Amino acid sequence: MSQPLVLGFETSCDETGIGLVRGQTLLSDALATSMAEHERFGGVVPEIASRAHLEAMVPTVHRALADAGVSIDDVDAVAVTAGPGLTGALLVGVAAAKAYALALDVPLYGVNHLAAHVAVDELEHGRLAEPSIAMLVSGGHSSLLLVPDLAQDVQELGRTIDDAAGEAFDKVARVLGLPFPGGPPIDRSAAEGDPRAIAFPRGLTGQRDAPYDFSFSGLKTAVARWVEARERAGEPVPVADVSASFQEAVVDVLTAKAVRACRDHGVDHLVIGGGVAANSRLRALAQERCDAAGIVLRVPSRRLCTDNGAMVAALGSRLVEAGVTASRIDLGADSSLPIEVVSR
Amino acid sequence: MLVLALDTATPTLVVGLARWSPEQGIEVFAERAVASGNRHAELLTPAVREVLTESGLAMRELDAVVVGLGPGPFTGLRVGVVTAAALGDARGLPVHGVCSLDAIGSGARSVVTDARRKEVHWATYDEAGARVAGPGVDRPEDAPVTDPVVGDARFAERLGRAVTAAEVTTAGLLRAAAPSFGRPPAPLEPLYLRRPDAVPSVTRKPVSQ
Ligand SMILES: [Zn+2]
Repeated sequence: MSQPLVLGFETSCDETGIGLVRGQTLLSDALATSMAEHERFGGVVPEIASRAHLEAMVPTVHRALADAGVSIDDVDAVAVTAGPGLTGALLVGVAAAKAYALALDVPLYGVNHLAAHVAVDELEHGRLAEPSIAMLVSGGHSSLLLVPDLAQDVQELGRTIDDAAGEAFDKVARVLGLPFPGGPPIDRSAAEGDPRAIAFPRGLTGQRDAPYDFSFSGLKTAVARWVEARERAGEPVPVADVSASFQEAVVDVLTAKAVRACRDHGVDHLVIGGGVAANSRLRALAQERCDAAGIVLRVPSRRLCTDNGAMVAALGSRLVEAGVTASRIDLGADSSLPIEVVSR
Repeated sequence: MLVLALDTATPTLVVGLARWSPEQGIEVFAERAVASGNRHAELLTPAVREVLTESGLAMRELDAVVVGLGPGPFTGLRVGVVTAAALGDARGLPVHGVCSLDAIGSGARSVVTDARRKEVHWATYDEAGARVAGPGVDRPEDAPVTDPVVGDARFAERLGRAVTAAEVTTAGLLRAAAPSFGRPPAPLEPLYLRRPDAVPSVTRKPVSQ
C-alpha cells in the first residue's frame, strides 16, 4: 500500500502555501504571496494579508494538485497551520482546511508552524535524528528547540525576548535605505563589506544571561545610532560595512547559542529553519562551527526555509505515521500557540 | 436541486440544507443558527456536518452551495466565504455568492446589521424584495433607511426608528441566490465596503528568499 497523501495549508503570515507530500516525499509546493502589497508599509498588514489568502486559496490548491499530478480525491489527510501567526490570516487557512477535510471525509491535523519548519527538512534530508536541536529564525520567530520526538515532544530552550532576528534585518535595512524585506538586500550588501569594520553588540551573551534566549533590539538600536552619528557628521555611510558588521553580530550570536545548546544537551544534530536560515553567512558560519564541534548540520534548501505549504504537509505526514489523534472538527486558530503543542 | 447555504456576516452563523426548484420553491430540511460571535471558524464546519447528518445527505449529493458575501466583520466573513469556496471546490459544486443583507427579512424594508465601530451596514428593498439602495456602511444617524426596518434591533435608538429583530435565514439566502442558479457563478468577492486599515503588524517576515 502506498503511503498517505497529505495536503498542507499554510497561511500564518503573508504567504498562501499549499503543499502535497506523500510519506516523506515532496510532490508539490505552490505559493502565492502578498509581499509586494506590504512593501510600502515596511511590515505585513494583517488585513491585506488575510484578503490575499482568501483570493489565492482555491487557485493555489489547484496549482499544487496540478504540479503533483494528483486529484483532490486522492488526498488522504489534510494538515493546516493552527498557530502561531496572525489570527485573521491563520483563520482563512484553518477554515479552508476544515472544509476540504469535511468534503473529502479525511482526517484533519491542526499543526504548529514552528514544528513544521523543522519537519520540512525531512523532505530533503530524510528522517530527523532524535533528539535534535532546532533553531528557527525568521521575521516572526527566533527559537531554540530540543526535539526528542517531532510528532509529539518538542521543548523550547529559548527564544527572543524582544525582536525576531528577521525583524532586526528589516529594521536595519530601513535605516540603510535598503528595500523590505531586509534579509536579501543586507545579505547581498554584506558580501561587499567587512564584517569586522564595526564592533556591534552581541545581545545576551554575558556570563549571567539566559544561555539560549536572544535579543536583537539593542543591536538594531546600536546600528541606527551609528548610522545617525555618521549622517550628523556629514560623512558617507559605508552601507556594505554596516550590513556585514550587523549581519555578523546576528549570525555570531545565533550560531554560538545553537552550538552551545547541542553541547549542553549532548545532542549532535542541529537543524536550522525559518526565513533567516536562507542567509548565506548564517549557513556558512553554522557549518564552520558545527564542523569544529562534531555536530551534523541540516538546513533545508532556501526555497523550503521560508513559509510554505509543504512544511505543514510534511509535519502532517509525520503525525499520520505516528498515529497521533486527528484534530477535532471545532479546531480554531491560536495566534500564540506554544511550541510544546505540536498538533491540537 | 439540493443546496447547502451558509453565512457568517453577522454574529450568528447560519447553515442550512434545502431543496430548490422553480415550481416548488424552497424547502428547508435542516438549519442551524449559532450565536457564535467571534468563533465562526471553530463552529461553522461542525454546523455544516450537523445539517448534513440531520438531512441524511452526503456532500456528494449536493448540487450547489450558496454563501453570504457580507457585508460584515471581515475575519468572520472570510471564514464563511473560504469555507463555501473550499466545500464547492472539493466536490466540484458551483458556489453562488449573495449579499447577506438580501437574506434578512423579505418584501419592502430596510435592513441594518452591526458593522462595528459604531456603524451599520444597511440596504433598502422594494415590494418585490429587490434591493434598491445599498449595501452601504454609515453611522446609524446617516444611514438612509426607510420604514419598516429589520435586522439588528440594538440600533433602533440611534436610527430613531423601530427595528424588528431579524437574522439571515437559509430561505433568505436561497431566495437571493435563486436567479443565478443554473448560470456560471460569479467570482466570490466579499463585500468589504471598507478599505483595509493599513497598519503593519510587527514585521513578521521571512528575511531571505
Ligand atoms: Zn515561519
